[in-house]
Amino acid sequence: MDRYDAIVIGGGHNGLVNGAYLARGGLKTLILERREMVGGAAITEELREGFWFTTFSYALSLLRPQIIHELELTKHGFLPLLMSTRFAPTPDGDHLLFSRDHDANLREIARHSPHDADAYEQYDHDMDMVCQAIKPLLDAPPPDLFSSDPEELAALAGLGAHLRTLDRRTLHNVVRLLTGSAADFLDGYFQSDLLKGYLASSSIIGSKVGPRSQGSGLVLLFHSLGEHDGQFGTWAFHKGGNGGFTQVLARAAEAFGAEIRTEAAVERVLTRDGETTGVALADGTEIRADLVVSALDPRHTFLELLDPRELPDDLVEDIGRIKYQGVSSKVNFALDGLPRHPMLGATPDIYRGFMNIGPSMDYLERAFDDAKYGWYSTDPYIDCAIQSTIDPDMAPPGKHVLSCFVQYTPYALRESDWDAERQPMADRVQATLESYFPGFGELVLQREVVTPLDIERTVGLSEGNIFAGEFLAPQMYFFRPAPGWAQYRTPIHGYYQCGSGTHPGGCVMGAPGRNAAQQILRDRAAD
Amino acid sequence: MIRTTPFHERTGTLNQSGLWQHWSGHLVATRYQASDKFEYFAVRNAAGILDTSPLYKYRIAGADAERFLSGILARDVRSCAPANAQYTCWLDERGYVLEDGVIQRRGDDEYLLTSAEPNYAWLADRIGRLDVTLEEVSLQVGALAIQGPRSRDLLCRLLPAAAELPFFGITTGKIAGRPVTVTRTGYTGDLGYEVWTDAADGTAVWDALWDAFDGHGVLAYGMTALYMLRIEAGLMLLGVDFDSSRFAFNDAHRSTPLELGWAWMFKGLGEDDGRPFIGRRALLREMAEKSSRWKMVGLVVDWEDYDRVYRAAGLIPPKDHRPVHEDWMVYDDQRQRVGYATSFMYSPVLQRHVALARVRPDLAKPGTRVHLEFTVDHHYQQVAAHVARLPLYNPAWKMA
Repeated sequence: MDRYDAIVIGGGHNGLVNGAYLARGGLKTLILERREMVGGAAITEELREGFWFTTFSYALSLLRPQIIHELELTKHGFLPLLMSTRFAPTPDGDHLLFSRDHDANLREIARHSPHDADAYEQYDHDMDMVCQAIKPLLDAPPPDLFSSDPEELAALAGLGAHLRTLDRRTLHNVVRLLTGSAADFLDGYFQSDLLKGYLASSSIIGSKVGPRSQGSGLVLLFHSLGEHDGQFGTWAFHKGGNGGFTQVLARAAEAFGAEIRTEAAVERVLTRDGETTGVALADGTEIRADLVVSALDPRHTFLELLDPRELPDDLVEDIGRIKYQGVSSKVNFALDGLPRHPMLGATPDIYRGFMNIGPSMDYLERAFDDAKYGWYSTDPYIDCAIQSTIDPDMAPPGKHVLSCFVQYTPYALRESDWDAERQPMADRVQATLESYFPGFGELVLQREVVTPLDIERTVGLSEGNIFAGEFLAPQMYFFRPAPGWAQYRTPIHGYYQCGSGTHPGGCVMGAPGRNAAQQILRDRAAD
Repeated sequence: MIRTTPFHERTGTLNQSGLWQHWSGHLVATRYQASDKFEYFAVRNAAGILDTSPLYKYRIAGADAERFLSGILARDVRSCAPANAQYTCWLDERGYVLEDGVIQRRGDDEYLLTSAEPNYAWLADRIGRLDVTLEEVSLQVGALAIQGPRSRDLLCRLLPAAAELPFFGITTGKIAGRPVTVTRTGYTGDLGYEVWTDAADGTAVWDALWDAFDGHGVLAYGMTALYMLRIEAGLMLLGVDFDSSRFAFNDAHRSTPLELGWAWMFKGLGEDDGRPFIGRRALLREMAEKSSRWKMVGLVVDWEDYDRVYRAAGLIPPKDHRPVHEDWMVYDDQRQRVGYATSFMYSPVLQRHVALARVRPDLAKPGTRVHLEFTVDHHYQQVAAHVARLPLYNPAWKMA
């Protein structure tokens, strides 16, 4: 019978990161993936000859830079390509167009509001200060609030000491962001509706909140915690999409000695007297290991791979209470050419980065209104990226792929279901794009629609929540995924969790996988 | 009035940034758009096109051309068969580098030498009674570099012969009906080619190339992207990483080819037929006595130490890709000065700060730890780095 030191369940980015670190730590590691390819929600698929779609996740920013170095990813093809523009069109043909020229960007903002030009610099600086304050917390398990272990008390004291190093303005901004609404925060800086809509878009991604909801500040902060080559808050497009990135991770994991097995669905985790003994696959195969790590979301990790009777009641309750309620869809297009903007034409220069259809906070909030009552947005928020303008290998010459992240599309629809509403929803998206880019529909060669239900079915993320559990304050840090279980362990000795449902959370960040591996290796050294 | 290149009619309209600089008395784009880094990625991920016309170009022909060149170029030009090119250098009699360049052997008795600075007098004065004609053709010849992993496939659409062209090979053909010479050379460390054309044909050749590249993600790239690419490729820049011995006031500003890491040009020297060339005896003596003062190496900065230094100062560690062409001191573990860096940048493909640096030859082994000094918060700081082999970036497709 097969025997490993460690088995990682799930070959998404966190499973791969975790497996790579465990193998690097000297453990004979097996990574098991249910699907025919690794990557989880970070995959790139050739759905039409020559056209590569980033089916789900589509850009890179939050990846912790240590992972690049420690896993030696550049040896395996790590290549985050610069996205050189950001483009936010308005329904009347105007726009905000940002390039990599900071001074030109300030002029562009001033065109919409002279007030907002230096306000933007202030905002940028304040966010940098906040991100600098928060980032160290991403790279270690949260201290255990409920333990009287001296090490935990010391960690807690360390956290307090870290917060004490912040200046008043920064600490206050941290609290405002963690508890308040993005609208309140942004209103404190800006006047331009277009600029506010553009910035507020980051406060709703993947979350069932509108920019005026308390809690949207946290989502805004989370999406600002990334960096590209040291520039905070900026995004890159990995060569070959995020699927290209997870292929790099898989090669790195294998280079450290990890074994990856696809089409190997795990049915349950095997335990005996509170100890982990291995996993059973759906086909009945059993594989032995004293260490098993689940990269799946908390619902799967605790309630499906284990028998709830093996867990404390309060944990079962807490896990059952976690909010998922996915609201995001993808509509991906193969295009015959570049869309034509009424003022700027079809130049690739405006499409070399994100294109934001969310021209005001009102627009975003109205889109959210539909979702509150169980329906998808009549006028959706769309985060577009024509990735073939950045990586020409994504589409044949002169053709393009367009990735559209769409909100809101609530998992639970009132009086209908996604199998019925999939195409009508995508029609709304296409009609919206048509209104900004007349003639858009004629360019469409193919359309892929991915609803929260499809995300759940294909990737396994509960209710299609892209973060494996919403970014709500009660579901973060000390409490992610449940009070007392934020340090990657579970009540079963030798069974750990490393998915996005653990601290710090979702996005292609890798921190949960890395932190969990470090916790595991520390625990083994102590055992 | 500053001179423009044979391609200026096109590069002039392409340059949206309005940023230009002077190169050998010619106007060339610093960058074409807001992001030089985006141009850099076009080369590393697809292909880019650079106007490299300002190079000095000398046509050297005649029955004694080989004999002439084998006596003045330090690398043995006789091993360069027709339809091939060589990266080479020329020295003074003390074995110090005067300059580097590429010699193209276009025929049995016909060569084209490119260089960064003027060399006509130096060449002409050494012809003596040999049957050699020397002609400066700098302004008559336009040159475009097509560099990057897609460059071969794209160039083949216009010139099928490019498909089989070996590294440093030369072929000829027609683009837009105009005669061109194509060499598999460049200054990027990537798969790449250079197209040499009659200056009068510049616009026509550019247009044909540009049309053929349409839709393939090809961008024109400027000098900043070029400097990024060449540092990763470990290619030296005259006036930055070394100076010509001809115009140096003292030996601290002189370098030998061995010190610059060009020992590979002289494999077998000493066991050869005794080919006389300027600097031969000095070079052999330096080899025998191991008297090199320096060895040019790559430095890769320790990311943890770099972050630590900036974080301690409350700063976000900068990762600026724009090359810094200045001297930065290098120290050993005992904080003794053991060398200096001349080019520094953050490399996007390597995800590390890197430098081209001279270190004492005993510290040149890859992996050796040194410390690079720069200023943080207006104070000198030393950050750990390790010695790395050049080129720092060397994709498999470069030579394939």
